[in-house]
Amino acid sequence: MPDYNLRLIIPEIFLFLWALFIIAFDLGTKRKNPKLIGYLTMGGIAATAVLLYLYHGGISFNNMFKSDPLALFFKVIFLGSAFMAVGSSFDIIAQKIKNHRGEFFGLVLFSTVGMMFLASAGELISLYIGLELTTIPLFILAAYYKDDRISVEAGLKYLVIGAFSSAILLYGLSLLYGLSGTTDIVMMKINLALLYLNTNGIGWALLMAIVMVLAGIGFKLALVPFHMWAPDVYQGAPTPITALLSVGSKAAGVVAFMRIFIDGLYGFADAVMFPLDWGNIVAVLAAAAMILGNISALRQKNIKRMLAYSSIAQIGYVMVGMVAVSELGVGSVGYYMFIYLFANMGAFAVATIFNDNTGSDSIASYAGLSKSSPMISAFMAIFLLSLAGIPPLAGFAAKFFVFAAGIQAGYTWLVILALLTAVVSLYYYANVIKMMYFAPDNPTIKLNTPLSANIVLIIGVAGLIIFGVYPEPILNFALDTARVFGF
Amino acid sequence: MEQPLYLIPLFPLIGFLLNGLLLGRLGKKTISFIACTSVGLSFLFGLKFFFDLLSLPDTARIIENVFFTWIPAGQFHVNVAFLLDPLSAVMVLVVSGVSFIIHIYSIGYMHDDAGYGRYFTYLNLFVFSMLMLVLADNYLLMFVGWEGVGLCSYLLIGFWFEKKSASDAGKKAFIVNRIGDFGFLLGMFIIFWQTGSLDFKTALDPAVAHSVFAVGGGMITAATLLMFLGATGKSAQIPLYVWLPDAMEGPTPVSALIHAATMVTAGVYMIARSNVLYMMAPATMAVVAIVGVATAIFAGSIALAQNDIKRVLAYSTVSQLGYMFTACGVAAFSAGIFHLMTHAFFKALLFLGSGSVIHAMAGQQDMRYMGGLKKRMPITFWTFLIATLAITGIPGLSGFFSKDEILWKSFSSDYGSIWIWLIGLITAGMTAFYMFRLVFLTFYGEERMDSHTREHLHESPKVMTVPLSILAVLSVIGGYVGIPHILGGDNRFEKFLEPVMKGVHHSVEGEHALASAAHNGSTELILMVGSVVLVAVFIYLAYHFYIKNIAAAGKLRQRFSGLHKIIYGKYFVDELYNAVIVQPLVVGSKFLWKIFDVLIIDGFINGMAVIIGDMSTGLRPAQSGILRTYTTIFLVGVIVILGIVLIFG
Repeated sequence: MPDYNLRLIIPEIFLFLWALFIIAFDLGTKRKNPKLIGYLTMGGIAATAVLLYLYHGGISFNNMFKSDPLALFFKVIFLGSAFMAVGSSFDIIAQKIKNHRGEFFGLVLFSTVGMMFLASAGELISLYIGLELTTIPLFILAAYYKDDRISVEAGLKYLVIGAFSSAILLYGLSLLYGLSGTTDIVMMKINLALLYLNTNGIGWALLMAIVMVLAGIGFKLALVPFHMWAPDVYQGAPTPITALLSVGSKAAGVVAFMRIFIDGLYGFADAVMFPLDWGNIVAVLAAAAMILGNISALRQKNIKRMLAYSSIAQIGYVMVGMVAVSELGVGSVGYYMFIYLFANMGAFAVATIFNDNTGSDSIASYAGLSKSSPMISAFMAIFLLSLAGIPPLAGFAAKFFVFAAGIQAGYTWLVILALLTAVVSLYYYANVIKMMYFAPDNPTIKLNTPLSANIVLIIGVAGLIIFGVYPEPILNFALDTARVFGF
Repeated sequence: MEQPLYLIPLFPLIGFLLNGLLLGRLGKKTISFIACTSVGLSFLFGLKFFFDLLSLPDTARIIENVFFTWIPAGQFHVNVAFLLDPLSAVMVLVVSGVSFIIHIYSIGYMHDDAGYGRYFTYLNLFVFSMLMLVLADNYLLMFVGWEGVGLCSYLLIGFWFEKKSASDAGKKAFIVNRIGDFGFLLGMFIIFWQTGSLDFKTALDPAVAHSVFAVGGGMITAATLLMFLGATGKSAQIPLYVWLPDAMEGPTPVSALIHAATMVTAGVYMIARSNVLYMMAPATMAVVAIVGVATAIFAGSIALAQNDIKRVLAYSTVSQLGYMFTACGVAAFSAGIFHLMTHAFFKALLFLGSGSVIHAMAGQQDMRYMGGLKKRMPITFWTFLIATLAITGIPGLSGFFSKDEILWKSFSSDYGSIWIWLIGLITAGMTAFYMFRLVFLTFYGEERMDSHTREHLHESPKVMTVPLSILAVLSVIGGYVGIPHILGGDNRFEKFLEPVMKGVHHSVEGEHALASAAHNGSTELILMVGSVVLVAVFIYLAYHFYIKNIAAAGKLRQRFSGLHKIIYGKYFVDELYNAVIVQPLVVGSKFLWKIFDVLIIDGFINGMAVIIGDMSTGLRPAQSGILRTYTTIFLVGVIVILGIVLIFG
């Protein structure tokens, strides 16, 4: 008897309807009220969070939709990143997007709904649909500056590579289905284990499936070598969308990875397949991401490109916790993503504000910013220092837990590499701070920030400081998600 | 019992943040209002929780407040949690009370200073850190406060950083303290390593301590000695006392608050807090007692010949701290804390009084150019005299009770000896001499200042004299909480602290009756009278040399000119440290800097940076912006990984 526990998808339903309402409202008011729709969107996201709080915990649609702690935790991240992205896009909406404002916000919400479904997916097909629902609105959003060549190019590149990776992912998923005879992830885990025991080894089909699924999700994560799209798309897309791509969409990839690999392919994470277990493969890719991301970021002159490479490196650090495949590992990954939300959304928000006021994205143009806008500069410094992992900001605790998980699981070499590359990363983060504080000032620019952007910045800074000194509540919440996997 | 203890340190933190963040935007009145109110509130909350504590039965006098888990890393689990027991209650009241009085005094003293806001910001931060130190329920949080007060001390010694001597003194204090802190940290590591916890509740539980440490064993001796090294740094004992006299470069209220009344007593507090561990290491106890009493007489003798009014008081502080350590070393921890409290009152008063004098003398600190101030500054004089009588141990004043208890315990305790008592006694005589020398030179005799200064002599404003008067009252009555049995009291102070001193009662259980039997009344009375007589003799000597027969002092100085030079030169310890430690370090560092650092390390680092930077440039062509390339790399990535996996699989 299938149990359609509709109660559990009330938040998703609401957010979906709210997106439609935003678009309709914008049309109905003849696109006269850009600020109001912005605030309505933020309000809708906040309301969804409240609904999420009221309706969670349980399984519906016959295991296709799981409202477990893992899903809840990541949905908070998705809503947070959508909230902060919307909050920092008010000026862009007012200045650059004369038409289709409602659609802009609506698409952000659609993508968020996709992420939420993805996080709850207990089964491969709904997972895939969630992934597509996340990505397709983002294709459009990346190309939202219709008259800007770079933006359109970014959208197109994202679309082509996205389609390409979807194909590979689907191939991988179909192999998994073929091997296990089910799309239910828990059943798949059991069937694969049985198959392994019966045939005493599992052969190349599973290996192919692992690599292909890894490539498909690796695209979302911008994991090396599936990262090539990221710098171009990050640079071309409207900055708040870049922020959403780098946090929300990436977190969606992380949760998809957890569902398939840590849950479904749990048995093939280590000893059984050594040395070709997926843990080792992912560790190698993580190492590549940390090296390539950090080194490439060094010479970047555009802040968005720099942050793009930085986010490639950051996913490398996340994967250090992931390959631990342990309670602490899963918990530390969750914690990392949560803190990353504050730091990266904050940094991109500052980049947005700066671009709105000066029209420039070049790091050199940040020279002397601390004199004219001391508050924004201090905030930016906090975001960047947290990304670099400097205590007492939360980024330090995040790196600490991830590395601790890595060491615990025996990936010492990976942690050492991570520490070394983290040192390199300090250079390019500090470079921006050096520009703002120690470079002779250009004609001083006064940055005007809309209220909504100030809210975003304050959320970011407060999160980094509070959870840096007092990580317990988030860490406990994140460790709670690990229960899903029954370690 | 659970109570919101965080309210005690909260307000100075808020004051620090308000004044610190709005620096330069607030008026002086607002700044001092914020700073003083915040500390006043701390005191009031401290008082409230103190009475809550008193309302509990003797054995259950503990108030706890777990704020949150700070570091949850596997076995290593540290809370931000506060603990109020009799010991920390005494400390909280002394710290917040004296701080409040000195904050008020500072309004007058710092009134014309350009760094007014900065001063009160640091001062609030200091009070916050000090309260964290005494309220912490584990060693790590205590260490946070410990480092916090060290930082504030550094900032405030170097407050007038444009003066080179001031910024040098700040650096000296900081560096010397780091040596001590290193010891403290190592001691802490040993405790964690052995007991698996840094919580006082666990690590200082006699049962736990006895199960992991052997009494008198190497591990416990090492841990306690290392922690004592930390205490010698913070509390200015041999060999790390050298920073405290130089710390007088800071504003005088700072000397009173940080370098006399509160921060420098942190070491005594820490040892009293760890009494369970110390009582298990008799060797360490002996070291503590000997270092304490040696410092007492050593610093006391230096104070005999100094001419700078604040330096005399600084060496006197070092000497008095020596008494407190002596008390700890002879297992009379309560007596040490008792003296800590009375000393906080009268030494703060002495410093504030000297500040009042310096204020009137337009910055002059050399007593040779003072004299006759008694009539010019009556309130300052009388309060100063009261403090002097208290510190010399005149019966009826606070210092008498606490100092006498220490002397008696160093004589009668199992850990004491007649020699410790004797040195302590001589030091008491010295104290009487240098303190009255100071009083006579400053307040009596002819006026030796130049005419310009003389015209400007004035009593300090009310905002400064009222705090002096309050402290004077405390200096008189502060001792009556601990009247010894022999004088008909029942030493309530010691009884109050008894539940905390688990180590003492753990080890002498059963011997308790024996000890009180040995509490020979007549001996104690004789010793007491003897020390009072000795003090009186030395006061008379000071009177003889500095009032009655001034020429005699000069003659004496000539006769013992060699000895005088040595004492006046502070035994040349600074010079010795400079030659033996600082200079070799400087030479060695220069070598490391020029050869090792610049050539090897920098060369390596810069080389790495160039290589990595070039790699960054080298990686660029791949990011061509051509979609075809991107797709190809994606596909090649998949195929290569697949290839590797399939070939090796």
